[in-house]
Amino acid sequence: MTGPLSELDRPNSYIGRAVPRADAARLLAGRGKYLDDIRLPRMLHAVFVRSPHAHARIKAIDTEAARAMPGVAAVYTGAEIAEHCTPWVGVLSHLAGLRSPPQHSVAVDVARWQGEPVAVVLARSRAEAEDAADLVDVDYEELPPVLDAEAALEPDSPRIHEGYDSNLAWERKVDVGDIDTAFAAPGVTVVERTFRFGRHTGVTLEARGTVCDYDPGEGVLTMHYSGQAPHMLQVILSRHLGMAEENVRVVSGDVGGSFGIKVHTYGDEIACAALSKMLERPVKFVADRQESFLTDIHARDHVVKARMGVDAEGRIVGIDMDDITGIGPYSMYPRTSAIECNQVLNLTGAPYMMENYRARGRVVFQNKTLMCQYRAVGHPIAMAVCDGLLEDVARATGRDPVELRRLNLMPDDGYPRASASGMKLADLSHQKTLEKLVELMDYDALRRDQEEARARGVLRGIGLCSMVEVTNPSPAFYGIGGAPIASQDGATCRLDAGGALHVSSSVTEQGQGTNAILAQIAADRFGVPIERVKVTTGDTATVPYGGGTWASRGAGIGGEAMLLAADALKHQVLEVAAALLQAEAGVLDIRNGTVVDATTGAERIALSDLARTVYYRGNELPPDLKPELIATRHYRVTDFPFVFTNGAMATHVEVDAETGFVKVLGFWVVEDCGTVINPMLVDEQVRGGVVQGIGGALYEECLYDEEGQLLTATMADYLVPMAAEMPDIEVAHVETPTSTSVLGAKGAGEAGTGGAPAALLNAVNDALAPLGASIWQQPMTPERVLRAMGRL
Amino acid sequence: MDKTREITLTVNGESVTARVPVRMNLVDFLRNELELTGSHVGCEHGVCGACTLLMDGRTTRACLTLAVQADGAEVVTVEGLAASGRSAALARAFTERNALQCGFCTPGMLASAVTWVEGGGSAERDAIRAHISGNYCRCTGYQSIVDAIADVAGSKAEDAA
Repeated sequence: MTGPLSELDRPNSYIGRAVPRADAARLLAGRGKYLDDIRLPRMLHAVFVRSPHAHARIKAIDTEAARAMPGVAAVYTGAEIAEHCTPWVGVLSHLAGLRSPPQHSVAVDVARWQGEPVAVVLARSRAEAEDAADLVDVDYEELPPVLDAEAALEPDSPRIHEGYDSNLAWERKVDVGDIDTAFAAPGVTVVERTFRFGRHTGVTLEARGTVCDYDPGEGVLTMHYSGQAPHMLQVILSRHLGMAEENVRVVSGDVGGSFGIKVHTYGDEIACAALSKMLERPVKFVADRQESFLTDIHARDHVVKARMGVDAEGRIVGIDMDDITGIGPYSMYPRTSAIECNQVLNLTGAPYMMENYRARGRVVFQNKTLMCQYRAVGHPIAMAVCDGLLEDVARATGRDPVELRRLNLMPDDGYPRASASGMKLADLSHQKTLEKLVELMDYDALRRDQEEARARGVLRGIGLCSMVEVTNPSPAFYGIGGAPIASQDGATCRLDAGGALHVSSSVTEQGQGTNAILAQIAADRFGVPIERVKVTTGDTATVPYGGGTWASRGAGIGGEAMLLAADALKHQVLEVAAALLQAEAGVLDIRNGTVVDATTGAERIALSDLARTVYYRGNELPPDLKPELIATRHYRVTDFPFVFTNGAMATHVEVDAETGFVKVLGFWVVEDCGTVINPMLVDEQVRGGVVQGIGGALYEECLYDEEGQLLTATMADYLVPMAAEMPDIEVAHVETPTSTSVLGAKGAGEAGTGGAPAALLNAVNDALAPLGASIWQQPMTPERVLRAMGRL
Repeated sequence: MDKTREITLTVNGESVTARVPVRMNLVDFLRNELELTGSHVGCEHGVCGACTLLMDGRTTRACLTLAVQADGAEVVTVEGLAASGRSAALARAFTERNALQCGFCTPGMLASAVTWVEGGGSAERDAIRAHISGNYCRCTGYQSIVDAIADVAGSKAEDAA
């Protein structure tokens, strides 16, 4: 290769490289350590008795027959567990007016969704516990279920919570400019649509679970769980079990998928902690797949009436929208179930210039599984509403959707600025990503293909989405509202005697490659081969204090903390080296595990020699030298509530006019997540996100009958994308580093899920346009497509 | 009535004899009795494919197979595939392509990939996609898995040529 040396040519240059993950070999050999792989001595298996009704009063529970079953150690009702575990309330002070009643880990008097735990059996084996659970006799008085979020707001609707004047949990209004005047102005075209977004859920392939182990000798509870935020859970257990925080240790090992599902407080898991304390024995609970569908948080569930107006030149004058979202019977603790609606109001229209924005969001109780934050919180709704209306207005006014975006997207040189909803935006590249996307997908050729297909009577459509993604959240997300969720993260780098780095971080690994990028950053900044970096995450006993991995913050916040720690350790090590070598620290550098002359690269002392001297032969050091071969740094985002990223994506679909089936022919993504630390990991994150977005847009739905019974509680009924129906997805990048950090990385985990539904909605409607038909409901199942076409 | 049976089977090349409840499924037997936790339980109703392993050379759902049905059979789990080197080329390709994220589907996915490659499957992407459609992956988007299997199938075809 010729040409000048680049940053990637220097020794130990790992940031920006497609470095394979060190932990892949272990997982590929079947040596993962997932939650259900943990077995402890005298461990009991917990199986929960769950309400078969969506809404029912618990009149009595007879546990006698269950207690008499072989292998059974104990059976407890919700009331009995409540003596050892206090209820929680899922509200935050910065979401003014949000209300939710106290929620017990196991229901005490009324069950408010099908699947809510009401009692628990503990036995030697899970099979024995399941046998006994069948014999727990619960006497229910069925109550009228409240299911539809719109109907739940009617004055004559039954109430889910006594003492509440309605089923409304929270309402927020935004009103910027004067939307009515803007829409009424001459030459303005206004389109109006009602969007419906069904419920779906994460379907982590590894179900939720916990092994709780209380040691009465030390009074310490260790909770192993499959989750994303160990320190948050430590505080929650402390609060609700009445234990000192330092006596609660939370450990998250290998996590078999999480996607936001595993960042919440689940009653069955917390109850296991209480049970372990009560019984002074380890207790294991692992949800089966039906329990996952019934109790993992669901996502979305929105009905949005929205309007967009454009003037005669095609400029967006504003958006007016009304969002109603159903959240189940409680607001989830501690992140609340109002954040999704809040994000919809924050994000709708955020890529585009407009002066007027009016939005109302209502968050409504209902007798369904709790709804809360899942991958791309609020984004798919906000993007589908805005970009759906944008392409609708393009059709209404005879404009090309790409041209309309060019006209309305914020200019790349126009930052910092704010969105109409008031979001602070910086370092974005909407125009550049759109142009790159148009080139990547060969937009003009696809349009010609579409014309040709139409001439043959084949319905093909092209849809785009320009989006923003919330990443690297600051304290403004949760901490400001009183949630025990750290917004800063910490990293520690330690030079060991053999010259290796041992690093630890408070962000967690769920398969994204967190541990891999932490090693890349540490090795790159400090100057050792990456094979000599060992990473620890996921254990409150050993890692710095921090928030964990959610809201696309692992790389941007955890990565920056690691960078700062590695830089600090390097500085410290060079001071020691300077003393040993009687040189100035400033003329030395660390490369490939050796302290070298910074100018010539000549080797001065190996790190192992330096470390061994410090650790074993301190007598050789100057007496006034106080060597520290460990450094810890923390990082939080300041000045911005979130660090936004942006992206543009497009899809090409074919709609089968006979069956209504939508086939995805192609998908393209141009993502700007700032500095790309590992392109291979980022690209596959983006693809995985797109596939979850395709799932939500086309297949996945939690359907209930009129009694509130979940109809899609098996994997045979709930459809997730399979390999055969997914397209290859082309991913490209624009890199606009965030100026908020040295590393410059923003998040990338949620973009695909946030933008794909909008692109698909637009593509299907583009395909249906020659028929004068359109669809505004997701998932866009074959039945719904046929109905939209008037063929059912 | 005795609800247990004695079974003898070969697991990863070793002969195993055990008395098992007749209702115990094969994946629970492997995980809980033999402590081979590489086979994963994802749905327990035969859809997700996380428990896929090789039984008498065929990919088998270990959650839909009773342990007693494996009496006399030859079972190979992901641990056996790794220890014998049968999955070595695929493991390399999966690593190079980042064809796994959380790794929970990976043992089952590897079992399906092994039968594809050993059965002379081609590097044709749509055919690979169809072959692994009994294995859900919720993280990757599948593309990298297809890439990895195609790499191995392709180089095997080259070697044969």
